[in-house]
Amino acid sequence: MLSAILIMALGAVVLGAALGYAAIRFRVEGNPLVEKIDAILPQTQCGQCGYPGCKPYAEAIAEGEEINRCPPGGQEGVTKLADLLGREVKPLDIEERPKQTACIDEQRCIGCTLCIQACPVDAIVGAARQMHTVVSTLCTGCELCVTPCPVECIRMETIHEKIDNWKWKYPVFEMKRVA
Amino acid sequence: MSPLFKFKGGVKPRTPTTHKTASAQAPIGIAPLPSILVVPLHQSIGGHPRPLVAAGEIVKKGQRIGAADKWVSSAVHAPTSGTVLAVEERLAAHPSGLPTLSVVIEPDGQDEWIELEPIDPNALTPERVREILRDSGVVGLGGAVFPSHVKTEAARSMLMKELVINGAECEPFMTCDDLLMRERAEGIARGVAIFRDLLQPERVLIGIEDNKPEAINAMRVAVKAVGEVFSVVPVPTRYPAGGAKQLIRVLTGKEIPADRRSPEMGVQCFNVGTAYTAWRAVAFGEPVLSRIVTLTGNVEQPRNWEILLGTPLKEILPLMRPKADTNRYLMGGPMMGFELPSLEAPIVKASNCIIASSPALFPPPPPEMPCIRCTSCAQACPHELQPFELYWFARSRNFGKTQEYKLFDCIECGCCSYVCPSHIPLVQYFRYAKSEIWSRERDKKNADTAKARFEFRNAREERDKAEKAERLARAVAAKAAEQKAASADAPTDAEAAKKAAIAAAMERARAQQENVQPRNTDDLTAAQREEIAEIDKHRAPPQ
Amino acid sequence: MLHYLFIVIGAVLVNNIVLVRILGLCPFMGVSKKLETAFGMGAATTFVLTLATGASYVIDHLLLTPLGLEYLRMISFIITIAAIVQLTEMIIQKSSPVLYQVLGIYLPLITTNCAVLGVPLLNVSNGYNFFESLVFGASNAIGFSLVLVLFAGIRERVEGADVPTPFRGVSIAMITAGLMSLAFMGFAGLDKYR
Repeated sequence: MLSAILIMALGAVVLGAALGYAAIRFRVEGNPLVEKIDAILPQTQCGQCGYPGCKPYAEAIAEGEEINRCPPGGQEGVTKLADLLGREVKPLDIEERPKQTACIDEQRCIGCTLCIQACPVDAIVGAARQMHTVVSTLCTGCELCVTPCPVECIRMETIHEKIDNWKWKYPVFEMKRVA
Repeated sequence: MSPLFKFKGGVKPRTPTTHKTASAQAPIGIAPLPSILVVPLHQSIGGHPRPLVAAGEIVKKGQRIGAADKWVSSAVHAPTSGTVLAVEERLAAHPSGLPTLSVVIEPDGQDEWIELEPIDPNALTPERVREILRDSGVVGLGGAVFPSHVKTEAARSMLMKELVINGAECEPFMTCDDLLMRERAEGIARGVAIFRDLLQPERVLIGIEDNKPEAINAMRVAVKAVGEVFSVVPVPTRYPAGGAKQLIRVLTGKEIPADRRSPEMGVQCFNVGTAYTAWRAVAFGEPVLSRIVTLTGNVEQPRNWEILLGTPLKEILPLMRPKADTNRYLMGGPMMGFELPSLEAPIVKASNCIIASSPALFPPPPPEMPCIRCTSCAQACPHELQPFELYWFARSRNFGKTQEYKLFDCIECGCCSYVCPSHIPLVQYFRYAKSEIWSRERDKKNADTAKARFEFRNAREERDKAEKAERLARAVAAKAAEQKAASADAPTDAEAAKKAAIAAAMERARAQQENVQPRNTDDLTAAQREEIAEIDKHRAPPQ
Repeated sequence: MLHYLFIVIGAVLVNNIVLVRILGLCPFMGVSKKLETAFGMGAATTFVLTLATGASYVIDHLLLTPLGLEYLRMISFIITIAAIVQLTEMIIQKSSPVLYQVLGIYLPLITTNCAVLGVPLLNVSNGYNFFESLVFGASNAIGFSLVLVLFAGIRERVEGADVPTPFRGVSIAMITAGLMSLAFMGFAGLDKYR
């Protein structure tokens, strides 16, 4: 009996010591998982997930946060995250919307620079008391500039289909009726 | 005579040969001037030419109305003289039925040319020839509309072995290249010589399908007449022998690997129509204003016409006289073409053929049945792909796998759909998968840009914060030192000195502010002042 | 030498650890959605299982049997395996980030892999010596990797199939696994030519 306890204790001590030593000796900074999650997120930096940007949300997911908090990523993004993390696919907690881009009404803009400060990707150009405008190719459609505007001159416009971004549709054909 | 090679796969469409001969009976007709022209600015692969004219302007025939915006782009010209009615979004000759920026021209009937400068083709440097090709809008007229000047650049980095001229025209119904070779062989031969001079290949091969004996003869005579040594090679009639990679394979035996382009293998390929327009551009300065279009199918009068680019489909209906049961129009051949979204769609550089279709001529596809993995499609695929695998993954939206199975090597020739015993529209699945992949790549690129910009912004804000904190610390330290010095010799004066210092600082700041007034608000014109007043009125806070 | 060949064939095909002995089903179901991950898991398991059989042989024969503590076999094997897995993970993460990318996230899963515990216990009950144990461990791992990769290949394909709705996902995977198991039982016929 005593020998059994001794053996088990000895094993625990030896293995624990080895593991403890290894944990210090082979410590690695950074979590590669966060990078992988971040690569799936759409990088709109919109904060709709409740985190200030995509990277913080990626870190939160790696710590166990829900994966369905990212509306710009869409259901497809949730599926990809579920695949990567081996979790259940969940429906998005907010409704998915078509892609948008911000548009400044230049007649009403007073040049207050508040939207410039709010834009997470520096997609608004302008200077104090000068008209501002959105660089639409860089705009991620995050809507963060809409609320700061004191004269409500920023609106979100749905991106319409053009020949350049037109997609062939999934072929839908009648299948032959059997029986 | 060098031996011919074979490409794997391909089909022999069971359409009667009369489909081709019908439109090849009459010579090329010159289409009458239409009542309106809608010239899309984006007619080639690459950039979007920017408009050079505005509504209300008078343009002359051949005047440039769209300039190439980058190297891989091509100019667009006014097909006739007239008035620009509008530069606006108009329906494009595109399966989507979406509009594209177009110049709408009302012809004045004079058909008056701009002044053409006579060019001496022999005195031109290769760079100049490429510029002429670009500014004349010479693009691949086989249907791919890739700018030709870009294709001739290959010779700079590679020793060219062969120049292949594509006169195969393998699609059923289509005869525009056939007629062009019969009637304008000499122009083609001279155009080929221009490409030859640019590319300096060891030999030039003109491949023509052996179902066009007249064209082969005409080309042989023309080559002899212009004193060149191009070999005109009849190739077996088999679809898609006119695919660039297939024709190169047949004529030279070279197979272009998936991840390479033909110039890297020392071969370049041009369509006969492209050669002809290149000659017109370089020898006469004539830009590409029209093209030969086969009007055929369910019509009373199948024939080839030289039609001005921008002519709407409805304007050419009287030329072809479609029969009563015609229900739709296809642009391109029956294998690779697409249905034109409306009669408003214009003829563009890619429109080689317009087929009037009726339920009798092209019956609606029978219902799709499950894939039984019979591999008929793999046997028919000229690129030796496995369409049944591609289909399997495209259908289940497994796009990564479709790329593993080399989806992007598919030329959408339609052989697989044609042979499929289950009538599966395979090509449509491949097109769907391709455009989904492109869309995802665009999104990915945008996400990467956004991420980089977001990170840069964060770094910049951090830096600004650090700098601000540093400045503040310095100011506090300086103030403390000053106070210490002041309290040492004149403690009573401290208050007054501080006030004076503040006043001086404010004065300095005001002077500075006056100096850095925005400069672009000085010397404004009356109109600009008025506009500013107008805007300021808007800026007045709402009552 | 023939003796070792029999051990190998027996472990890989005839008595396949997953499909015939029905051990290690959790990773077999869990990590078989994609071919690449299946390869990663297979490689990681092969590595750990071979190591674990060696270590547990040593512990069993040098520690437990001489002291008459055979009843501690199970628990001490579990501890040994867990420690080996953790150590391996840390060492790989530090020394070879590339290999860690491939194997890294599967290593912790192996800790709770019943196949990894099962093989050392089978070794004991079969009375194998050290080398036989190693060969048996390695061949079981190869058998595991083989069926995992085969299964992942099948599942990738099944994903595109028109599976009736109630059978989508894990259900069809279970059915597939059952069919594969039936097929592997057929290898028992190899015994006739022994």
